[in-house]
Amino acid sequence: MLEDKDRIFTNLYGFGDWGLKGALARGAWDNTKKLIDKGKDWIIGEMKASGLRGRGGAGFPTGLKWSFMPKADPARPSYLVVNADESEPGTCKDREIMRNDPHLLIEGCFVACFAMEAHACYIYIRGEYILERERLEAAIAQAYEAKLVGKNNIHGWPFDIYVHHGAGAYICGEETALLESLEGKKGMPRLKPPFPANMGLYGCPTTVNNVESIAVAPTILRRGGAWFAGFGAKNNSGTKLFCISGHVNKPCNVEEAMSIPFRELIDKHCGGVRGGSDNLLAVIPGGSSVPLVPAHEIIDAAMDFDTLRDLKSGLGTAAVIVMDKSTDIVRAIARLSYFYKHESCGQCTPCREGTGWLWRVVSRMAEGRAHKREIDILLEVTTQIEGHTICALGDAAAWPVQGLIRHFRHEIERRIDQYAANPHPEPLKGFEVAAE
Amino acid sequence: MSRLIVDGVEVDVPPEYTLLQACEQAGAEIPRFCFHERLSIAGNCRMCLVEVKGGPPKPSASCAVAVRDLRPGPNGEPPVVLTKSPMVKKAREGVMEFLLINHPLDCPICDQGGECDLQDQAIAFGFDSSRYGENKRAVEDKYIGPLVRTSMNRCIHCTRCVRFTAEVAGTGDLGAIGRGEDMEITTYLETAMSSELQGNVADLCPVGALLPKPYSFKARPWELVKTESIDVMDALGSSIRIDTRGREVMRILPRPNESVNEEWISDKARQIVDGLKTRRLDRPYLRENGRLRPASWAEAFAAIAAKVKAAPPARIGAIAGDLCAVEDMFALKSLLEKLGVKSLDCRQDGAKLDPKFGRASYLFNPGVAGIEEADSLVIIGSNPRREAPVLNARIRKRWLRGGFRVSVIGEKADLTYDYNYLGAGPETLASLSENLSEKLEKPLFLIGQGAVARDDGLAILGLGAKAAVAHGAIKPGWNGFAVLHTAAARVGGLDLGFVPRDGGLDAFTMAKAATLDVLFNLGADEIVVEPGPFVIYQGAHGDRGAARADVILPGATYTEKSGLYVNTEGRVQLADRANFPPGDAREDWAILRALSDVLGQRLPFDSLKGLRARLYEAHPHFAKLDRISPALWSPDALVANAGKTSGAPFATPIADFYQTNSIARASAVMAECSALALDLARQAAE
Repeated sequence: MLEDKDRIFTNLYGFGDWGLKGALARGAWDNTKKLIDKGKDWIIGEMKASGLRGRGGAGFPTGLKWSFMPKADPARPSYLVVNADESEPGTCKDREIMRNDPHLLIEGCFVACFAMEAHACYIYIRGEYILERERLEAAIAQAYEAKLVGKNNIHGWPFDIYVHHGAGAYICGEETALLESLEGKKGMPRLKPPFPANMGLYGCPTTVNNVESIAVAPTILRRGGAWFAGFGAKNNSGTKLFCISGHVNKPCNVEEAMSIPFRELIDKHCGGVRGGSDNLLAVIPGGSSVPLVPAHEIIDAAMDFDTLRDLKSGLGTAAVIVMDKSTDIVRAIARLSYFYKHESCGQCTPCREGTGWLWRVVSRMAEGRAHKREIDILLEVTTQIEGHTICALGDAAAWPVQGLIRHFRHEIERRIDQYAANPHPEPLKGFEVAAE
Repeated sequence: MSRLIVDGVEVDVPPEYTLLQACEQAGAEIPRFCFHERLSIAGNCRMCLVEVKGGPPKPSASCAVAVRDLRPGPNGEPPVVLTKSPMVKKAREGVMEFLLINHPLDCPICDQGGECDLQDQAIAFGFDSSRYGENKRAVEDKYIGPLVRTSMNRCIHCTRCVRFTAEVAGTGDLGAIGRGEDMEITTYLETAMSSELQGNVADLCPVGALLPKPYSFKARPWELVKTESIDVMDALGSSIRIDTRGREVMRILPRPNESVNEEWISDKARQIVDGLKTRRLDRPYLRENGRLRPASWAEAFAAIAAKVKAAPPARIGAIAGDLCAVEDMFALKSLLEKLGVKSLDCRQDGAKLDPKFGRASYLFNPGVAGIEEADSLVIIGSNPRREAPVLNARIRKRWLRGGFRVSVIGEKADLTYDYNYLGAGPETLASLSENLSEKLEKPLFLIGQGAVARDDGLAILGLGAKAAVAHGAIKPGWNGFAVLHTAAARVGGLDLGFVPRDGGLDAFTMAKAATLDVLFNLGADEIVVEPGPFVIYQGAHGDRGAARADVILPGATYTEKSGLYVNTEGRVQLADRANFPPGDAREDWAILRALSDVLGQRLPFDSLKGLRARLYEAHPHFAKLDRISPALWSPDALVANAGKTSGAPFATPIADFYQTNSIARASAVMAECSALALDLARQAAE
């Protein structure tokens, strides 16, 4: 278990003062000038040494991402864009950072911008996050007031930071859709290449990072990349915010070392699975877009990128959705399919047409109103979406259904049999969404 | 050049090529819906997926990947692209299945049937049956104007139409609302599109979602006979294809022509079709006791002969209209020469352009394609959006590329690109040659008919030439002096020398009362002939000219005769005959040939071939089809005219884009468009 002295987010639960005074007391903005005096190469080197992998879901090494930024060019300024459009079902870590420790993020933006020779940072915050935006804006005002940021700040690196409010579209959390939205256009993902590091915001080099990835950066630099790399398994180093929801006794957000076994995570912090660990049915370990993992596979697995990838799932945003045996697993996945159908931007064909197809078929299967041969068709449809789309939303829509069929095919078949034995014309109660 | 291997075929392509282009060069066929050569890349239909060896284990959208982004193999082998692998086949079948699940089974009643990309590609790359058992999506049809009918169930969301209006037309009328499977293409609050190029979205639509409204349910593509021709609605001379069924023109489509219209045509060029059938003059008429009565050819000719023989040559004149083919004017001119007539004019709008200053003094010298080379543009007395919408799209294309400063002297109007407004009239033009801000390599001076079709037109033309010279627009290798015409026949007429001889009268004077005894009006409908002369009107439509006529000789429209037209840049193009004139109407040159016999001045040709032989003999450049004969000149003769001008501001000669000639005025579709445009303008003013 992570010791308190190794925690980065010391005000995660908002027991202390979220403002500048409290943040300073907790060590934020402590001699930031010393950090940037060591130069950008040192910063990027430390970030690489820390082994920090992006906390937004894909797990791309952050230090490496920063190093992709080209040299400063007056005609094409570099930008840092912070992705605070946290909309993945199950994920609620960034909001706590912005609500209770916003200065960690602001300081992180500052050092990251310095390391990438950017003078401007945009934080794109999710539309539904009202309080978080107010806190963040207030914190930024405090930082300007204290000359920690701004054109003439005490650190000597001109730096401006802006908060932009989204309008509530999940797809705007995709990095290129986010850039489109930030530019005032419809939030639709761009084709890659060119990658944002080449052609990002307003056609200029841009790095898009998750809130958590940026917020941990100052602490990593202060305590050293080696310190951070000391947690977790190889390639999966560091501490991580886990958002545990669902059928545990005490759902919570907690900062833990990477690669903590699932059982330990749940028992230590959440009071165990509701009804005991034998009552566990399945877990979605990384937010709604990764395939579920059945109980016997997840229970002793290490919660990190590589282990979960080997379980054909992923760590994603570390939003652990725990489902006990009372869960109607097919309906649960049907609801996720509805979410992706609703949030598909409609730009490219497989996702636009496929997500609706998935949702309709899975919804019928949740009732049992289907044929067994449709299960294979469904699986094939998911593979027709997966990997054929512009962005990863198509994959995200396909994977939960694939996970369901991989592990709970018997459950779908059971329902089909049950329905076939007693066919009825009315939809089941509680399927209002499906009846839309 | 980059080398890559496509399906085992090695090809060398420029590194900026997309994979799709590279594959096509290697002879592989790549299906596509959203990709279009002249629009930005959207990459959203996912039909063009190919497999790139060594890349990610998923197919790539070949329209969106540049060849330079491919990585060579570990030992420097060229990248390998597969377009027929099992992965690609499965990906295409998958995408096609997705496209079809919500596409209605409308093919038997869909106008796109037979020329539908979705149909063709479903057969070539699709799967034979559907596995989709749910209800299909239903989408409400949208009203987007009188020219494009929508059937939105069929839409596959390729966004070609959206990109066209945003990029080429520059009006941004269309957009997508909603998201996911609820995404719908529409105009804002279902208002009509405002572009003069909107008809092109129906061509771009790969399915039957957007279709030409006037052509709805009229014909099937396989019933149509296709004739390549040239548009005469403006002076650009866009390449068109006329589709006929039997004697009837069913529709007009653009034909790709890089140097003129790329592959767009204006709405007027496209939807004029119904105007070709209505208000036609199908027999000769003779005015008796103030009323026109049907007559025979012999009666009409006899009446003309009586008048012409009675009149001295100085009291005879001829005006040629805007839609005449070169052959018609040549035949008339030959006849007039034989009669000793000196008053002839092809400039019914009073433009002061004159062949005596050299051919380059009235041509769009840089050429339409030359717009893309220019680095600045001054528009003088013109609204290219109304006068030549497709040319305007070319200007916009250049402007979008950047590094192109546009300035306007004349009317302020929405040209679909930004410009510096310099002033309204000749004073600004006069000061232009003094204010030399910066030297540019290839400046372009576009002079419209609004600047030269006025009493001081010659002085203004001189001022324009002076400014062009002062800014270095006329030099070896670049002639940026560009006259934009509005009439398809004008350059041909000027090339022929269809202008007053020494002592002859110009069109304005001829139209005045009591200057002439006999006026031969060859399809000139934009000029009001005062009472007095005996007017012989030869034309196709019962329009203004016919109303004032004493004898009407029914002629052919541009689709009904084979004729040469010279466009504003001096390109000689052949409009081929697609159908036949109605009733007793005849091809115009043949009428004139017959008339010459009656007048005792028989023209020396009996066939179109013979006429053309004479024509080529007199004017060899007409024989060079589809080419621009170089017009070498010194602008000094023009500059010498630079002189006193009136202070009146320039006005564009086209008040109503949809009603510029007799065919357009006969078209109900054009009338609807015109009323709508008027309404839009009124709403905008409010």
